[in-house]
Amino acid sequence: MKIKCIINQKAKQIDVNNSDFLLDVLRREGYVSVRRGCDNTSCGVCTVLLDGKPIPSCSLLAMKADGHEITTVEGIQDEADKLGRLFGEEGADQCGFCNPSMALTVYALKKENPKANEEEIKAYLVGNLCRCTGYVAQHKAIKKYLEGEL
Amino acid sequence: MIINQYVIASSLEEAYQLLNESKKNKVLAGGAWLKLSVKDVDKMISLDRLSLDYFRETEEEIEIGAMTCLRDIEEHTTIKNLYSGILSSAIGHIMGVSVRNLATIGGSIMGKFSFSDILPVLMVMDVKLKFFHHGIVDIETYMNDRIYQRDVLESLIIKKDEGQGYFRSVSVTPLDFAMVNLAIVKKDGFSVAIGSRPGPALFAKDTMQALNKMHSFHGKALDQVTKICLDEIGLGKNLRASKEYRQVLVQTYLKRGIKQVIS
Repeated sequence: MKIKCIINQKAKQIDVNNSDFLLDVLRREGYVSVRRGCDNTSCGVCTVLLDGKPIPSCSLLAMKADGHEITTVEGIQDEADKLGRLFGEEGADQCGFCNPSMALTVYALKKENPKANEEEIKAYLVGNLCRCTGYVAQHKAIKKYLEGEL
Repeated sequence: MIINQYVIASSLEEAYQLLNESKKNKVLAGGAWLKLSVKDVDKMISLDRLSLDYFRETEEEIEIGAMTCLRDIEEHTTIKNLYSGILSSAIGHIMGVSVRNLATIGGSIMGKFSFSDILPVLMVMDVKLKFFHHGIVDIETYMNDRIYQRDVLESLIIKKDEGQGYFRSVSVTPLDFAMVNLAIVKKDGFSVAIGSRPGPALFAKDTMQALNKMHSFHGKALDQVTKICLDEIGLGKNLRASKEYRQVLVQTYLKRGIKQVIS
């Protein structure tokens, strides 16, 4: 069956099976920045934006994406670059596996609550796990990003 | 998981008919729990075109469509202010924002998950559930009867009564299921529900009766009430906690909750 959606502002028609999850479809279509981690909503590494809101693509049936707008990190490249630079300065990066999903979630946070304090940043990002850094440097970088520091 | 057919229902009636054609047909809510709870499905019935994500508010009550995502409910101003915001708080404990953008209130209710943080809160808030076939049902009736599992949930209705609320969910990490959770509302009387026992949420009716007769809520009186609660609730053990630890948690948080709602 075909679904029609917009991915990173480009209209797409994609063949999907009834049992496909959005993660499977996106990676099949070449959006490999969307990663497979736990595959059951716990880790956040498969996060994409659906109509601007972060969702776990591993658990959204692809058929439900019909008619919706999907954003991967490639669709917010300029903002992801800003955050990436700040991550680098704060030493908030090691393997980088969680970065694309974290960038998308932070981008959504900026839209929803641009003046988020440290507690609100932590609460918003609790579903984006990082096995490398311990989060402190990441939160510092995110705070600077939200405050517009580059 | 294999889904043979994906059917987008054009009406609640169609969804209900399809659901009851076969036990292998399932209604799809958000799908957050789909991978871990469902094996093969013959017809997966989508409710996406039925406009069931809504808030309809009057002076007396707020009606929430079954396909409304948990995040929208968590952030709703009225929900944040009802009964000390316990529903908003309970939802806010669930996984991360992305999961709460996907999971729906309907899926959370119809799943009847024993680990649910939401169900004990809905119970003490005395919500009503609106089903397509069975009409409006109070949540206690729903929790005690499986006939509603083959119906289509349309919405839930919450009365905007004045009252204090308390909710506590205890887990090892923020992303774990609760070892036990507990919800209390004090309006004219007390309402207490305990979940993740590890069994599904239950009203602590003897406890509620005892509380409603009490005039003093200190010391031995509270000890007596917690004893009644532990005797009636039936706590058990599983991987997350022992029976004894759950008992300690319930004793502690029941007392704290009672003190909070009467203060």
